[in-house]
Amino acid sequence: MSDLTQRRESLATAAEPATAGYRRRALRRVLLIAGVTVLLLLAWLVDIMTGPAMLTIREVLGAIFHPAGASALNQTVIWTFRLPTALFAVLIGAALGLAGAEMQTILDNPLASPYTLGVSAAASFGAALAIVLGCASLPVFGIMAIPASAFVFAMLSSLVLWGVGRFKRGATDPIILCGVALLFLFNSALAFLQYVASENQLQAIVFWMFGSLQGATWLKLGVLGCTVLLAVPILASQAWKLTALRFGDDRARSMGINVQRLRLQTMLLTALLTATAVCFAGAIGFIGLVAPHLARIMVGEDQRYFMPLSALNGALLLSLAAIASKLVIPGAVFPVGIATSFIGVPFFVVMVLGKKRSYW
Amino acid sequence: MILQASQLRFSYGTMEVLRGIDMTIGPGITAIVGPNAAGKTTLLRCFCGLLKPRGEVLLDRQDIRTLRPEELAQAVSYLPQSLFSPAVLTVFEAVLLGRVHRLGWHVGAEDLDVVQSLLEDFGIASLGGRYITELSGGQAQLVFLAQALARKPTVLLLDEPNTSLDFHHQFEICERIRDMTRERGLSTAMSVHDLNMAARIADVVYVLEAGRIRCSGTPNEVLTEEMLSDVYGVTARVTHDDEGRPLITPLGLRRRTLAEVKHARTL
Repeated sequence: MSDLTQRRESLATAAEPATAGYRRRALRRVLLIAGVTVLLLLAWLVDIMTGPAMLTIREVLGAIFHPAGASALNQTVIWTFRLPTALFAVLIGAALGLAGAEMQTILDNPLASPYTLGVSAAASFGAALAIVLGCASLPVFGIMAIPASAFVFAMLSSLVLWGVGRFKRGATDPIILCGVALLFLFNSALAFLQYVASENQLQAIVFWMFGSLQGATWLKLGVLGCTVLLAVPILASQAWKLTALRFGDDRARSMGINVQRLRLQTMLLTALLTATAVCFAGAIGFIGLVAPHLARIMVGEDQRYFMPLSALNGALLLSLAAIASKLVIPGAVFPVGIATSFIGVPFFVVMVLGKKRSYW
Repeated sequence: MILQASQLRFSYGTMEVLRGIDMTIGPGITAIVGPNAAGKTTLLRCFCGLLKPRGEVLLDRQDIRTLRPEELAQAVSYLPQSLFSPAVLTVFEAVLLGRVHRLGWHVGAEDLDVVQSLLEDFGIASLGGRYITELSGGQAQLVFLAQALARKPTVLLLDEPNTSLDFHHQFEICERIRDMTRERGLSTAMSVHDLNMAARIADVVYVLEAGRIRCSGTPNEVLTEEMLSDVYGVTARVTHDDEGRPLITPLGLRRRTLAEVKHARTL
């Protein structure tokens, strides 16, 4: 028996079966996801409890599960304001976390997110345009004018990126460079609108740009929920192919994956998720960038775990930010977009510095 | 399975890189050698469908253009030269991904068994839980070789599989390739720069020069002092080892004639 063969066999037998290690890691990841889900549920409950009038957990659970037994005031506060706002935080956080994760995957870039690729800036411009043109005061469509305009511009910018990707046959660098160019373009256009806006319009624009969950309604929740429900099964069905994409285009193509189609299809879905999220809640920047990185540190990049955990992390971060935004100034609600970075950065720094391994 | 190229031509823009290649990759190991920019990598990329050349590539007499991408990938596995990947994936997951078209959300016992047995065959079962970014060059090469074999292909295409490896790992990788090719009845084509390694493990050698096949045959027929002088511009002594395989000892650079230099510039 050759020395090489002996060495190989000793290495192989010294270890536990690799399959057992794989199963153990899979179980650990499932438990991690379950743990984050429990944390999210707790954060969601605390989010409902928190506000100008603080509620107890019993009052919240009572109003949710036995509305008939709850006081009329609690019913109104919870079902009209707190519950939709808290669910809004969960769904928007999940949509942004998921969109960020898949943008980073398909563009092979750790800085890719709805914010850094100009999609959020386009939405902000769209919202500001509707405010400056006075669309919000239109009789029938006024309420939806700002989100609709934000959605249209977010989708337009995403379609430009999609078009660039299609023209360049799925190459990632041109998409990223055009995304950065769009970010600067829409920021300049937004600055121009702020310059020509009246004082009241300027105030409305700035408030929208902060990002807020206060406009939550059951209708918006329905639209957002449907978008997430549309995107998740399609992305989930491509989980293995998206994972394989991390080996590079050549390797993925040699595995028989239609890389161009996968990239463009995923881009469209992330664009839809981002546009729907930012059109209702404004430019919330940090979630789409950080939630996937936290997920990557926790479970790696097997998309079967990475994808749901990115969404859960996004939802958890935004829920925590929503709670913090209500506690900063007692009796008042701080714009959540400001609180997200204050909540997310410490998390992120601790996890990144606490790990020795490189994550990109 | 047999992979055949017939009058294969490929250009990057106006630069013609392959100029009418006829080649057969049969059972056993076929080494493709030649100077830099001879077209070795381009040829392998045409074989696996990554590039669309003129001419024909036949897999068991069927034109690969008529196959669906996953059908072609199932039969022909390609391992590119550059293996670096920043993916945060374990060795086990990386090898499992070789079976990407068979995998569902739940990974079945058959897939797990295939990966387990490959890791054992390659002596890297102990690395199963390690992240691929933490591997040495030799370990990464073994992992990706295992990944390429995970979907049980019949044709294996390897682009300089032992480049940038130390002396020990060059031998280890080549022995693995030879063993796997024999045990699984594969048709393996590999581009290599190390001619002694090609002589040691290849059944057939093709010499590529400027997009054309200069000569082909058994290592003894092809790896001659005359070929080394003409194609590489190197004076070398070719002796034979105990098994009768050629053993090349380079002696120095051969001075090229002015006509040869002019000819090289026109290529």
